[in-house]
Amino acid sequence: MIFNNAAIMQTLNVNLNAVAPVALMTVLAIVLMVIDFFLKRENKFSLGIVTLIGLVLILPVAATTVDPAPAFGGMVIADAYAAFFNVVFIIAAIFAVVISNDYLRKISSERGEYYYIIIFATIGMMVMASANDLVNLYVGLELMSLSFYILVAMRRSATGAEGALKYFILGAFSSGILLYGITFTYGFAGTTNLTEIARMGVNLSSANHYLLIAIIMLVAGFAFKIAAFPFHLWSPDAYEGAPTPVTALLSVGSKAAAFAFFLRFFGGAFHEFHAHWAGLLWILSAATMLVGATVAIQQKNIVRMLAYSSIAHAGIILIGVVVMNGFASAGVMFYMFVYAFMNMGAFTVVALMARNDGTGKSISDYKGLAGRRPVLAFVMALFLLSLAGIPPTGGFTAKFFILASAIEARYYWLAAIGVISTVISLFFYAKVIFYMYMKEPDALDDMAPVTQAPSTLAYNIIIFITAVSTMVLGLCPTPVMDMAIAAVSHL
Amino acid sequence: MHEIAATFPILSTLIFLPAVGALLIIFFARPERRELIRWSALGFSLLEFVFSLYLPLTYDTANPGLQWVERGVWIKRFGINYILGVDGITLLLVLLTTLVTIVCVLASWNDIKVKFKWFMAMLLFTETCSLGVFMSMDLFLFYIFWEAVLLPMVFIIGIWGGGRKLYSAIKFFIFTFVGSLFMLLGVLVLYFYHGAATGVYTFDSTILFQNPVIPAVQFWIFIAFFLGFAVKVPLFPLHTWLPDAHTEAPTAGSIVLAAVLLKLGTYGFLRFSLPLLPNASMRFAPLLMVISIIAIIYGALVTIAQKDMKKVVAYSSVSHMGFVMLGIFALNIDGFRGGLLQMINHGVSTGALFLLVGMIYERTHTRNIGDYKGLMKTMPVFGAFFLITVLSSMGLPSTNGFVGELFILIGAFQAYPLYAVFAVVGVLLGAVYLLWLFQRVFMGDFFYNGKHVLEDLCFREIITGAALLILIFWIGLCPKVFIKSMDASLNEVVRLVDVNSKKALAAAQPPVVAAVEPQAPASRVGR
Repeated sequence: MIFNNAAIMQTLNVNLNAVAPVALMTVLAIVLMVIDFFLKRENKFSLGIVTLIGLVLILPVAATTVDPAPAFGGMVIADAYAAFFNVVFIIAAIFAVVISNDYLRKISSERGEYYYIIIFATIGMMVMASANDLVNLYVGLELMSLSFYILVAMRRSATGAEGALKYFILGAFSSGILLYGITFTYGFAGTTNLTEIARMGVNLSSANHYLLIAIIMLVAGFAFKIAAFPFHLWSPDAYEGAPTPVTALLSVGSKAAAFAFFLRFFGGAFHEFHAHWAGLLWILSAATMLVGATVAIQQKNIVRMLAYSSIAHAGIILIGVVVMNGFASAGVMFYMFVYAFMNMGAFTVVALMARNDGTGKSISDYKGLAGRRPVLAFVMALFLLSLAGIPPTGGFTAKFFILASAIEARYYWLAAIGVISTVISLFFYAKVIFYMYMKEPDALDDMAPVTQAPSTLAYNIIIFITAVSTMVLGLCPTPVMDMAIAAVSHL
Repeated sequence: MHEIAATFPILSTLIFLPAVGALLIIFFARPERRELIRWSALGFSLLEFVFSLYLPLTYDTANPGLQWVERGVWIKRFGINYILGVDGITLLLVLLTTLVTIVCVLASWNDIKVKFKWFMAMLLFTETCSLGVFMSMDLFLFYIFWEAVLLPMVFIIGIWGGGRKLYSAIKFFIFTFVGSLFMLLGVLVLYFYHGAATGVYTFDSTILFQNPVIPAVQFWIFIAFFLGFAVKVPLFPLHTWLPDAHTEAPTAGSIVLAAVLLKLGTYGFLRFSLPLLPNASMRFAPLLMVISIIAIIYGALVTIAQKDMKKVVAYSSVSHMGFVMLGIFALNIDGFRGGLLQMINHGVSTGALFLLVGMIYERTHTRNIGDYKGLMKTMPVFGAFFLITVLSSMGLPSTNGFVGELFILIGAFQAYPLYAVFAVVGVLLGAVYLLWLFQRVFMGDFFYNGKHVLEDLCFREIITGAALLILIFWIGLCPKVFIKSMDASLNEVVRLVDVNSKKALAAAQPPVVAAVEPQAPASRVGR
């Protein structure tokens, strides 16, 4: 041996602590694969239970593993910031897994691989959140994306295939653009390590065109993942085609992962060039907010409506990225945290309402829901009001922090556009609430979705947790916000 | 005993008691037990009213500041607090709210047929949120209640309304939501400018009152606040949601909308816009007075043309709320007195008119003026109630409307005599549409275009109406009690506007320029 192993360990800084959550998740996925092998088809639901137990056990590990020093030669950084997002990912994954059990049985596509692909997607997100190197980021991104391509196609229906194919082709293309952006970054900086880039940032000429090209390409790649205008066209189809629990995870998890890296990237390595990218993101944010909210109004399918609503939300969250100071970043993190609960809650109700044949997702199916299922209608109204940003819900508080950060940094116009988009989005959120409370069901559709929606224990638990969290985050946001601010301070 | 009285959170109790009642009704009353639901709703609103009587009994009229103050830290990092307080501006509004809720519960006794318990719960939630708006002295808390009050009202219109209820509910929701969101932006700008100037980042209005921001910033914040408040008032030309909402809402919804919710807007101007943004208020005052006069005259003219009784009352609200705005933006003590008193008066008189129109509608299901004639013959008690209310609404001496309008006109005359002259035209037009309405419906030979039997008022209806009629005469005959309760706090507003406008000007000018005699006040005196 020429190399001294200890010395290599020293320079690479192999710190298994830093990757403990990811490692445990990988172990979980492998265990699931093995168990799946021995299970009969009718017993696949037990995989869901194992997945759930595993995720719940890993959650505290992921929340506490904090080691701000970069590990593995600067590839990975397991700081409080990564831990915060890991918690968001795992919570979202837990919700998705719990409602999947019943949902998969309903659409009769119970398959073992479903569960460990969800775990792989989550691992990809976690790698992205703790990536300190563009290459590592790309690995995480691809792991997440490939898992989602499969998950979206899981239903094996025409809409599922259409959505998955659109998502796959466009996603592969955007990955290529992102990768091209990474090579440009390497070209001008000579490194892909974020810490190194941040260090040399001051020395670079501010008029470096390669840098600008790199920024544009990286932004395009990420804008695809958060479904920002004009890179949003895949999302309604993919959302509609995927099994609803996957849609929920896709809308929360992949968005949070992209924003996690967005903040680390633009808040750390590229913060020197704020003037260069802020304008670009400003336009992206404003356009995304307005387009998402406006197009959502015309939707007749509730999943598509929620897809466009999630586009509008991405625009609002982008305000925080444009502002990019400590307060704004913490606001983005808080927003993602709240969004995980309220959006998951809304999608859980949608999953509950869906019928065996995949219908029951039209907004008119919600007519008169309050008369038959008052509690279900009430929580759905709560989630929609929270998504619309009406106090005293968590959605309001989150939006409030983002708008406040924009006002503080004097982005008045962006804040005003955010308000206008919020007003527009009230139309379609309120429409569903009005349908539930103020309309009678159509004669043809009478009773069908409502009576065929058995509230199993799993749905009830998830709905209860998400509803209570949405309210609590609105009334006392302090603990989570403090955590977010503390996490951001180390970026 | 005194210790307990000093520490007992009376205001929090007042705010949350109706909500507790609403929750109890929702969770424990079965939908088919109408008797239980209506009596417990009445019980809670009566209990609430009795509790609120504690305020006037222990109120110190000499103290201009907040009383029974409760303070708690909510979100420390951003200076968000839980601050409640009642002073001379809000005392009467709180009492009006608690009284009107009883009237609303009684008015929907038989009126509401479906989802009865939810309706009563919504009424009580509305009470909680409106009391919260009146008592919150922290701008964040204020905003929370301000938005929250929308929801039960939207449901009341949308679920129990008639005709185009969905359209009206959505219109109401969107209009007010747009306004409030811009108000939120204004609050944030104020928060950050105040924080940057003083180093204290807080939403506590009692601290914000001390250090006004510079006039250039006030200008924009005022516009933002204006959008939020003026939609609620509603001030011409932002009033178009009002006729729809009022017409389609059930009787109790119309009453609470007119008596309480419209007051939130004018209250916001008086409480926050004036002391926080004095320079901008002075700058905008002439414009706002002109808009108010347009609202008064335009509202009155449109009212004359209505064929639906409820629309008459609804459009007359636009005119009457114009008077309130005229008084407030006269920016002198008489205008404030009149504006605040007229807020109460409008709540009582217009609330009573909606109540009475609701009573006849409950019997016949038509509000068309042409369907009735000479009702005085068959329903004398109802006619008498209606006549008194109409006279009070048009401001006949010895009724409440006269006192309020008089103060407003005095205030407006001191500010701009010409404006007062135009406003008097509005008073005349008010007499036209109100008396004409009364003449068409109640005078002449009896005629009713329908089959229903027209019975006179029952005991419950007499009690409900009498509660408001007593106030009409009480305020009309001895206004001194009411004026006295508000004077100290209104004088404080006058002082704050004066002091703060000078402070803001001084802060805006560099020290060297400050040595030069300021020109602006002199020119104001000159006119």
